[in-house]
Amino acid sequence: MTEVQKALNTRGTVVKRQKPALLKELAKNKVLYLMLLPGLLVLLVNNYLPMFGIVIAFKDYNYTKGFWKSDWVGFENFKYLFNSKAAFQITRNTILYNLAFIVIAATIAVALAIIFNELLNRRLSKLYQSVMFLPYFLSWVVISYLVFALLSSDMGFINKLLVNSGMQPVEWYVDPRFWPLIIILVNTWKWTGYDSIIYLAAIVGFDKSLYEAAAVDGASRFQQITKLMVPMMMPVITILTLIKVGRVFFTDFGLFFNIPRNSGPLFDVTNVIETYVFRALRHTGDIGMASAAGFYQAIVGFIVVLTANYIVRKIDKDSSLF
Amino acid sequence: MKDCTKINKKADFALNIVMILCTIACVLPLIIVFSASITNEKTVTMYGYSLIPRDFSLESYKYIFKNIMVVLRAYGVTMLVTVTGSTLSLIIISLYAYPISRKDFKYRSVFTFIVFLTMLFNGGLVPWYMVYVNVLHIDNTIMALILPYLMTPLYVLIMRTFFMTTIPEGIIEAARIDGAGEFQTFVRIVLPLAKPVLATIGLFNVLTYWNDWYAPLLFINNEKLFNLQYLMYRVDKAILYLSNNAGSINNATQIMANLPSQTARMAMAVIAIGPIILAYPFFQKYFVEGLTIGSIKG
Repeated sequence: MTEVQKALNTRGTVVKRQKPALLKELAKNKVLYLMLLPGLLVLLVNNYLPMFGIVIAFKDYNYTKGFWKSDWVGFENFKYLFNSKAAFQITRNTILYNLAFIVIAATIAVALAIIFNELLNRRLSKLYQSVMFLPYFLSWVVISYLVFALLSSDMGFINKLLVNSGMQPVEWYVDPRFWPLIIILVNTWKWTGYDSIIYLAAIVGFDKSLYEAAAVDGASRFQQITKLMVPMMMPVITILTLIKVGRVFFTDFGLFFNIPRNSGPLFDVTNVIETYVFRALRHTGDIGMASAAGFYQAIVGFIVVLTANYIVRKIDKDSSLF
Repeated sequence: MKDCTKINKKADFALNIVMILCTIACVLPLIIVFSASITNEKTVTMYGYSLIPRDFSLESYKYIFKNIMVVLRAYGVTMLVTVTGSTLSLIIISLYAYPISRKDFKYRSVFTFIVFLTMLFNGGLVPWYMVYVNVLHIDNTIMALILPYLMTPLYVLIMRTFFMTTIPEGIIEAARIDGAGEFQTFVRIVLPLAKPVLATIGLFNVLTYWNDWYAPLLFINNEKLFNLQYLMYRVDKAILYLSNNAGSINNATQIMANLPSQTARMAMAVIAIGPIILAYPFFQKYFVEGLTIGSIKG
């Protein structure tokens, strides 16, 4: 947690230090520096060059002129972006879906973890855990196939059920009404097993003598859970939730791109910042819009992460990111 | 005697029912896909996907085996990228994590911060895409499938924490006194002690590369470099395109009629999921352990 402060402090001294001393240090630990080198190169290419490249949002990018020679246009791209309907739509969808995911993960996953812990038959409990952990290992492309088998309008499992019970079939991939629910269900399906195992690890670590003491005082098992176990879980729940809140401006591209099968009529409820940037970059070739939306996400996202971390620090210093 | 720190039999029974329902919800889509893959195409188009296959036919798998070269090639790309990518990644991550775990390394906090900053702030898709395409020119190469996942910052921090907490400084000191060089100490002493964390991060890497469709979506047009996931993505797109344009394209209806598209696509899914399900019982345990290692603060 003090890593960053330390880093900032030492960074000050790095700059001030005289060159010979730095060279001496390099010579002394040259093997260690060589070991850092491959990682530094990867970070440079994947992270640091793009970080500086973010200024492209202030340019009128022109394919023939390239990055350096394209003209600066100030906030033009942002003006266009925020005057379009899309800006509000993608911001709303990104934040609302994330909030829904956070609330659901914090309730269903915690409940599951408690049940896994309570079941009398350990073997069965392990089996349930394994099966519910499985979706985590499937890619969004595979999951889009699974969802299609359920939702396909003419052959889907669910429409067949509806027709067989005398109801009207639904054009799932055209009708936006159900999509908020579908997205939330699919996301829960993929992640709940994973989240619950993290919570279960916390429960297993609790001191069992506390329950025994409560039992002696006449507390039922249900009371032991609600009055002892859940309160003891609160720090873990809070921290994991706040870490997710820090990521509230970022979404899982695969979920929003593959599951609705890029279906236009659904964009109003399935378009998020990542899918907007991708489509602007690859489908419409609108670099200005794509980079402006990307810049907007990076900056706001950064502020949110810092704020969330600040709150985590206030609650529990050891659990904060820095 | 009744144990008061356990739930009673009735509650246990009720919870088991709930769990069984949840488990069914988790595997139901998988069963439907599997059933579809072993059903006759005509039956599926007529009655739709069902939980229990209405008849039995391996026509979809036969169709895939007719085009086996495409599938095998994609499998090959996936294997190659997964093996080289995961190995390279493990090497690069551990090489980086070691110096920043050493308390006597002067600038360790600077280099930790360099990794850490990337978790807080990133340039986003557009500049990253441009670095790959316009600066490095690695679109349509295997490199574009490997490079994106080589340095996951969280894994570097997890490994650093592992080195710091489980490898006694004394051992490194002793090795130095015995005249071992830094690199020798790292390979001979540190790495063997770090096997658990290497296994966990290695597995996470394997999963990332195996399941990747995002890098090919961005950077690959060359069909020869399609990996399995991306091939599935393209097959799905192609079927969708054909069925949406069945009226407007000559022959399209005919193509659709001859192509076991609905069952073959599900057979593809089975072929892609198969290895994961088969390997699942063996590696699942390491993931669970890994999650607990991962919860150690970075």
